[in-house]
Amino acid sequence: MAYSDKVLDHYTNPRNVGSLDKNSTDVGTGLVGAPECGDVMKLQIKVNPETQVIEEAKFKTFGCGSAIASSSLATEWVKGRTVEEALAIKNTDIVKELSLPPVKIHCSVLAEDAIRAAIGDWKKKNGAAKPAETPVEAKAGD
Amino acid sequence: MSTNGNGNGRETNLTPPPGVKLPIYMDNHATTPLDPRVLEAMMPYLTTEFGNAASRNHQFGWVAEEGVERARDQVAKLIGATAKEIIFTSGATESDNLAIKGVAEMYREKGNHIITAVTEHKAVLDTCKRLEKYGFRVTYLPVQKDGLIDLEDLKRAIDDKTILVTIMAANNEIGVLQPIREIGKICRERGVLFHTDAVQAVGKIPVDVNKDNIDIASISGHKIYGPKGVGALYVRRKNPRVQLAAQIDGGGHERGMRSGTLNVPGIVGLGAACEIAMKDMPEETKKLQGLRDRLKDKIMNNLDEVYINGSWEHRLPHNLNISFAYVEGESLLMGINDIAVSSGSACTSATLEPSYVLKALGTGDDLAHSSIRFGIGRFNTEAEVDYVGDRVVETVKRLRELSPLYEMAKEGIDLKSVVWSAE
Repeated sequence: MAYSDKVLDHYTNPRNVGSLDKNSTDVGTGLVGAPECGDVMKLQIKVNPETQVIEEAKFKTFGCGSAIASSSLATEWVKGRTVEEALAIKNTDIVKELSLPPVKIHCSVLAEDAIRAAIGDWKKKNGAAKPAETPVEAKAGD
Repeated sequence: MSTNGNGNGRETNLTPPPGVKLPIYMDNHATTPLDPRVLEAMMPYLTTEFGNAASRNHQFGWVAEEGVERARDQVAKLIGATAKEIIFTSGATESDNLAIKGVAEMYREKGNHIITAVTEHKAVLDTCKRLEKYGFRVTYLPVQKDGLIDLEDLKRAIDDKTILVTIMAANNEIGVLQPIREIGKICRERGVLFHTDAVQAVGKIPVDVNKDNIDIASISGHKIYGPKGVGALYVRRKNPRVQLAAQIDGGGHERGMRSGTLNVPGIVGLGAACEIAMKDMPEETKKLQGLRDRLKDKIMNNLDEVYINGSWEHRLPHNLNISFAYVEGESLLMGINDIAVSSGSACTSATLEPSYVLKALGTGDDLAHSSIRFGIGRFNTEAEVDYVGDRVVETVKRLRELSPLYEMAKEGIDLKSVVWSAE
């Protein structure tokens, strides 16, 4: 299969690879997917407690090129947004930006799940009334 | 399997050594390039000698027929058969279909039970599945961790309704060699016909239909540096005499077993490929095994947590199937896209299911997703192997830096104990 130039670019030069201190109160960690399904994404955000702006985002992904590109793009997009703005990112936006074919849509779903899971974790740590409302569903490889 | 070599982008610090041309083809289980000597043998039949081998009353037909009969001899010699026992087909998928459906139809009154194995090629498995719809009973033998069937399982599976055992000689993904000689012996003792899909074995390792107790064998042209679109089926003529019900009716070609105008240039090419394989095999085996082992050592000496899939001992000399833990196969292919190899990862298949062959060995789905198949061929060189080894090591290291699983494993987290969200 031929990959889009944007997928290739993110695969070749992934943005924001790395890890943040998962024990820090300002950091939210999302770990979604499963090795058996061939995709696992870890996405972390560091949130400014005053402004609720996501100041840093890091990821690591086990998965195909499209999964790596989706999570790399997700870190780019959440950076500089407030937590609530980041929750508005939809997997369909990722599909569009990366020109993902139908067989790779689950990669974008997983990236959206990773954002929500990271925000949910941060909210839980920071005593929000309830964690991110969207449960992470088994979409990665079922 | 998903395959590579699309030529998209390139990200490496390595430069190919002098004389190495990119992309490098190392997917010789999928297909092989045409040997120039084979092309040379074919050329007249693609140009001036265009006759129909079935035309009995003019020169054009006679020349074509001569070419076909020479090829029949060449194919027969390679597997210790006689020329009359070779039927030409359009390829190994047709050969498998003709063998299995042909026996099923012909021996229906004797019984309705067929035995095969779970790691067979789809051409065998799907044919068996279709026969199940028509009232046949099929036993799919499991394989052991090393990919080999247990002969005791086979003995137990044979009953008085069994008419056919079909087990491949060498597996197309993991290169594992089944004990066909012993399987054939058991079949003979029990009066059951034995078919083997010998596509990956013939021309690569010695196959002898008499020593190996084979009754029917499928052969392909394009896996042995011959052309695509041509194959053969060996059908034993005595002890026992095997009869097949034709699956393609028409002009009664190939002793009524396979009608249709013969693909003369293809058949001539298959014959030439067989002759070359026979002549070169001792030397070629040594060379390929040397290159394969060199690649394996390069990879295993420079990376931890890599696992060879299937028996190392009972294996084709040119096959290497390895899983790289914590790295997903398709992303690895993408990183080494100046090299054409295959992966057992599911990522490009619509089903999202990883290789059924690796699953049958008990390889976890995670490692099946991480597998790469290297098929070294006649035209690969030591310099190519070294470059491929370096590229694989470089890319696996890079992707492990990117892998949350590798990070977790290094932190001492047991990945099996993690509750994953997507299960």
